Amino acid sequence: MHPAFSVIFLTTLLGAGQGLYLAMVTGQLYAIARFLPAQADQFYAVGSLVALLLLVAGLGASFFHLGRPERAWRAAAMWRTSWLSREVIVLPIVMALVFAYGVAHWFEWTQPLFQVGAALQVDLTLLLGVLGTVASLVLFVCTAMIYAAVRFLQEWHTPLTVSNFLFLGAASGFMLAAAYSAYIGNPLVTFYGTWAVILTLVGLASRLAHLRRNARLKHKSTVQTAIGVRHAAVVQKAQGATGGSFNTREFFHGRSQSLVERLRTVYLALVFPIPVLLIGLSYLIGSSNLPIMAFFVQFAGLLIERWSFFAEARHPQNLYYQSVA
Amino acid sequence: MTQLALVIDLNVCVGCHACVTSCKEWNTSGWAGPLVDQNPYEGSPTGTFFNRVQTFEVGTFPNTETVHFPKSCLHCEEPPCVPVCPTGASYKRPDNGVVLVDYDKCIGCKYCSWACPYGARELDEQQKVMKKCTLCIDRITDAKLSERDRKPSCVLACPANARLFGDVHDPDSEVSIAIRERGGYQLMPEWGTKPANHYLPRQKTRMHIDPEELTRVDNPLRREDLTDYTGEETLDDVAW
Repeated sequence: MHPAFSVIFLTTLLGAGQGLYLAMVTGQLYAIARFLPAQADQFYAVGSLVALLLLVAGLGASFFHLGRPERAWRAAAMWRTSWLSREVIVLPIVMALVFAYGVAHWFEWTQPLFQVGAALQVDLTLLLGVLGTVASLVLFVCTAMIYAAVRFLQEWHTPLTVSNFLFLGAASGFMLAAAYSAYIGNPLVTFYGTWAVILTLVGLASRLAHLRRNARLKHKSTVQTAIGVRHAAVVQKAQGATGGSFNTREFFHGRSQSLVERLRTVYLALVFPIPVLLIGLSYLIGSSNLPIMAFFVQFAGLLIERWSFFAEARHPQNLYYQSVA
Repeated sequence: MTQLALVIDLNVCVGCHACVTSCKEWNTSGWAGPLVDQNPYEGSPTGTFFNRVQTFEVGTFPNTETVHFPKSCLHCEEPPCVPVCPTGASYKRPDNGVVLVDYDKCIGCKYCSWACPYGARELDEQQKVMKKCTLCIDRITDAKLSERDRKPSCVLACPANARLFGDVHDPDSEVSIAIRERGGYQLMPEWGTKPANHYLPRQKTRMHIDPEELTRVDNPLRREDLTDYTGEETLDDVAW
């Protein structure tokens, strides 16, 4: 498949935004449980604002993918059957909840509304946080299912696509939370950094399992089933177009196989070991710059990871375009 | 229920591209606006076509065969491109089974093209909407046209009569009989998309002759008993 930059930025920015928001809510839950020192409301408010900006940037990137962005509103229509439609509905809900969560913290609407059990004081921010967390997780599933639901792209048609999007997005968000805490000199760096490392390692396991699966993948269609001629030697002589077509542009990455393989090594290094080492090193030397660097290194790696995700998928229509394939 | 479709006879397709040009001519001049052509007179012309003829070589020299393979939307009975469309622009007409795109609703997200294993959908780079074969829906549903003309323009243009058009759900239609009696098959059946369009395989007229058939059973000169007798008792000696 052709890796479109709009979709690469859409999925990575949304992942980081949702992850950062989940990190903010996780921080609040730990503080309520008194595992962490309580933070000023501004901490969560600013964190949610950054998350919202990332979501808005992701939404903006998605418009570059559309041929007719002015009609984008129509995309909410077919939510019964289309994961893309479901994403279009859930994304604004997540954005609204992230915004509301940030606003509630900013204006310190933290008077308890009711009490659960002996100790849990439920206020507006907690309610919004729980709702936003559910919506964020649903959005991760919707975004990933857009790819995982296309059964013809066998490289994507696996639950591992969903787990990759979920864990890699959450990892980059927690990494950003660590960077944000380090930037403002907040003691939560260790907390967020540890969670970021855990999520990164889970993401690594998921991505390696995905790569291993795809390396052994047997494609269902062959050129024999594509044209229905039962013969071992079928060679294409003409593709029906002189200067290429949509089919030769949209379904091929147009780069050499060696570049794809080199980039795989690069992202496997940038997304997983390097940020983990940077976070570990930042604990040892107490640096506030290293978590920030860890986030940017990992995000750059995730952009390459998403590029590879597209480049590695082989569409069965490519059987009709043998000289490009 | 009616399911209109094409049946393409690979046995007689000569790869002349008349279906391609007539399709382009009809559909670029219609109510939906032109099908884009970019760099038409330069080194690498490209554009939107509903129908393309590809050529494959089967076998290794000198035992090769050239297969000209016209390729367009197959109007699947289970079209995977329809449910993925977020706007509902992609739909299958309930009355005749033709899969169509509403160009006024399409947002050009290309998701349907990912969900088509056949590569039948092409984005129009000028109008920025997804386009595909309509089976010339504006011709075949036009009651003002004579019965003879109420067919897709590719079918009318084919000089070899390699393209048949009709209702594949009607067991007595020309297309159903052709599929049934001449081994019509579907492309990539492994995906369960149930393409309505079928292809008729290449056939060679061969006569199978057993060596025995070369000897007439009633040949009066045929020597029936091939045993060499050396004076022993035979059936003729004991039976009378």
